[in-house]
Amino acid sequence: MAGLATTYGSGAMSNSMDDIAANAAAFFIIGSNTTEQHPVFGTKIRRAIQKRGAKLIVADPRRIDITDLATVHLQQKAGSDTALINGLMYLILEKGYEDKSFIAERTVDFEAFKEVIQDYPPEKVSEITSVPVELLHEAAEIMGTSQPMAVMWAMGITQHIKGVRNVMALANMQMLLGNMGIPGGGVNPLRGQNNVQGACDLGGLPNVFPGYQKVTSEEVQKKFAQAWGRGTELKVGKTLTEMIPDVEKGETHALYILGEDPVMSDPDTKHIRANLEACEFVILQEIFQSETAIYADVLLPGSSFAEKTGTFTNTERRVQMVRQAINPVGDSRPDWEIISDLAKRIIARTPRLLPLTAPHAGWDYPDTAAIMAEIAALTPQYSGISHKRLENGERLQWPVRDENHSGTPILHVGQFASGKGKFMPIEHIPPAESPDKDYPYIMSTGRVLYHWHGGQMTRRVKGIMEAYGEALVEVNPEDADNLGINGENAIRLTSRHGSIDTKAWVTDRVPPGMVYANFHFPDASANELTHASLDPVSKIPEYKVTAVKVEKI
Amino acid sequence: MSKLTVTIDHKKIEIPEGSTVLDAARAANVYIPTLCDDPLLEPFGACRLCVVEIEGYRGLPTACSTPATEGMIIHTSSPLVEVNRRTSMNLLLSDHPLDCQHCVANMDCDLQSVAAFVGVREQPYQGERRAYDIDESNPFYGRDLEKCILCGKCVRACDELQGRQAISFGYRGFASKITTPFDLPIWDSTCESCGRCVDMCPTAALYDKSAMKHGTHTGETRTTCPYCGVGCGLVLETRNGEIVGARGDRENSVNEGHTCVKGRYGWEYVQHPDRVKKPLVRQYLLDGKEKSKVTDRKSKDWDFVETDWDTVLNITAEKLATIRDTHGADSIGFMTSAKCLNEENYLMNKLARQVIGTNSIDHCARL
Repeated sequence: MAGLATTYGSGAMSNSMDDIAANAAAFFIIGSNTTEQHPVFGTKIRRAIQKRGAKLIVADPRRIDITDLATVHLQQKAGSDTALINGLMYLILEKGYEDKSFIAERTVDFEAFKEVIQDYPPEKVSEITSVPVELLHEAAEIMGTSQPMAVMWAMGITQHIKGVRNVMALANMQMLLGNMGIPGGGVNPLRGQNNVQGACDLGGLPNVFPGYQKVTSEEVQKKFAQAWGRGTELKVGKTLTEMIPDVEKGETHALYILGEDPVMSDPDTKHIRANLEACEFVILQEIFQSETAIYADVLLPGSSFAEKTGTFTNTERRVQMVRQAINPVGDSRPDWEIISDLAKRIIARTPRLLPLTAPHAGWDYPDTAAIMAEIAALTPQYSGISHKRLENGERLQWPVRDENHSGTPILHVGQFASGKGKFMPIEHIPPAESPDKDYPYIMSTGRVLYHWHGGQMTRRVKGIMEAYGEALVEVNPEDADNLGINGENAIRLTSRHGSIDTKAWVTDRVPPGMVYANFHFPDASANELTHASLDPVSKIPEYKVTAVKVEKI
Repeated sequence: MSKLTVTIDHKKIEIPEGSTVLDAARAANVYIPTLCDDPLLEPFGACRLCVVEIEGYRGLPTACSTPATEGMIIHTSSPLVEVNRRTSMNLLLSDHPLDCQHCVANMDCDLQSVAAFVGVREQPYQGERRAYDIDESNPFYGRDLEKCILCGKCVRACDELQGRQAISFGYRGFASKITTPFDLPIWDSTCESCGRCVDMCPTAALYDKSAMKHGTHTGETRTTCPYCGVGCGLVLETRNGEIVGARGDRENSVNEGHTCVKGRYGWEYVQHPDRVKKPLVRQYLLDGKEKSKVTDRKSKDWDFVETDWDTVLNITAEKLATIRDTHGADSIGFMTSAKCLNEENYLMNKLARQVIGTNSIDHCARL
């Protein structure tokens, strides 16, 4: 969430789901298929629209489920989000809907931003995005008159080479409208996986220690060196989208993969497979022999959520208990036990790390409550969090400053984490790939309601396979007619990177010229086709725009 | 919020303004039987079992839909009330199959327990029966409308909670039933299989197919759903050390008992035969060979062999220590997991940074 961190000083969802559902006068959903990907939050939004008349603007190239309830559906061309957002802000400024006192009191760099926005008049934006000018006016009017408005997005915004710019543009919009730090407003990136938020919070990123403490700060390094007996070098590590390709460059020699399936979820599968195969040592800690297991040298059987106790942090920064319901299956062990056992064995082979005299250097944890106590000691946002408080029924959203603090449902109240909010001048740039004569369709990728990510879990549920048992590619009826596709016959999708054979779901969910594929099934995974063009800052791959060719076979 | 005082069965109680008589009874710990009410749904007044006598009121108002007012005096079990609700119950049961022993809801059936409370012991009205085929088109739950008492909870759950309106009341009089548009099978409707209707059904008119396989569960564990970032509270139902069901946790404010199809029905993978039950290691490692010598991945050298934890962890620790010492800490990449616990992610970060000494740790937030 590099975009929000630059603008506001914190990259997390600013408001709570309940608060948004209860208080927003309008919702702006862009690049999030909320009712299918965050279904229970999706139902809350539906209720707000149906029962209390909140307005809904959806910007999505596809006619996703929730567009049925939209006051306005902006069907922008894939990869034209920045232009769309800037165009809406142009109209907001033109009509004088901006919150002048918020801009004056809480933000900086407004003038430079305003200058860039002047380049996005509706006619030009309509040309770039193919959204009709009237709809731009309609949406801008709702934004200007229905306040507070909450903005929600997901991977539809970030999985582009300009994902960070898209996010900054949305951050600009919410400052412009004065929708920050208030109930029913905010910037709300919806986290896809159950504990993405927690993995980010607790050091699962190459540039920060737990609590977003920068590895490049001498002060932070000193803190962790004192706590652990040892820090790291003052340089940012490699991202996932860098460390795997670095195998072929001879720079990565071992990979330790915990509960991930890069063969399914990473772009350009062929390339990933080649790198994993070439890697000197691949450790996979998983509950199934996933597609990635084919390349693993050792497989450490971890446990599912039902077999261990600890915490997850949800998309609204709420830390919640996970409790053991059954014993670990077979000889599998909870992952935290495996990691600490392994750590002790490596330390035993590394005399220079001994003795472990620093206060948090050791690895003897009786339970996960003890690990959480160490987290609280070193992570400012988690300072006041303990299993004991959660077991007592307290509902805690970070930051929780100390054991008496009751948490923070809304961020940026009164002032931004970084002091003043910074307007960023953001220009539209076209996607890395565009359709041409050979690859005339734009393919976007994502998930469907019934399945989950690489499909390792949901493909092993009988009812779900009855409901959705094979990879289907959404094709518009007009295109289907031209290609002779009827939903029964096999089709082949080919990109510049690979090819898959599958079947079509002929539906007007996608506009003509666009197809939508998922990555739940290994024999027809969309990531065989995607490319590894990354956002230069966030290193997120551009999953949402790949040029493909579609044929009946 | 201002308060008002009412008297229920000679008990004085203070309740918030805006409460119904049923709310007041619950606050006073006085049981009023009901089959169509749920605190999460709007009052409906369909089952007529919550009738009460209120001094100064004509007739028997339903507690669920009558607002409580200051000074109200309420009787919940006067002879008139008792007779009235026994009649209502008899009418409800007049076309209900009474083969409880073979019913999937046996011992977990609101109709059964309310009938017992009301004191119905026989079936005086032998009415006409409604004959419907069971709709098994949905992979997760079945609909057996012969057992439906038309309380409308499913219709309201779908409308008020799920916001989907997949089902509604159709036809009239005795032919009334809960139906989809054009009376099509439920799988052909807009149903999203969230299961909230099944959760709220007071009989076995709606039942989880998984519940057909086993008896009642013996254990419950409150936990958090493993799927998306919303973080719904789940209650896992267990029996003999296995998960046999899941439902939304009503006490969790995130979802108030709601789930999506994955949360409620997507737990089977936990006990799937494909689970890796023992540590696996490639044969070449056990033989002490070099990986570079394993040229054929179809050869025995590349076989995955089951082993014990000591063996696999010693091999792994040795390899990591050697690679770090030969190629440097940054030659090892760590992929931590957005599916794992906070505590586990913290430990992966500590392993990478403290023990190995690299910042090259990442996870799938970008994917």
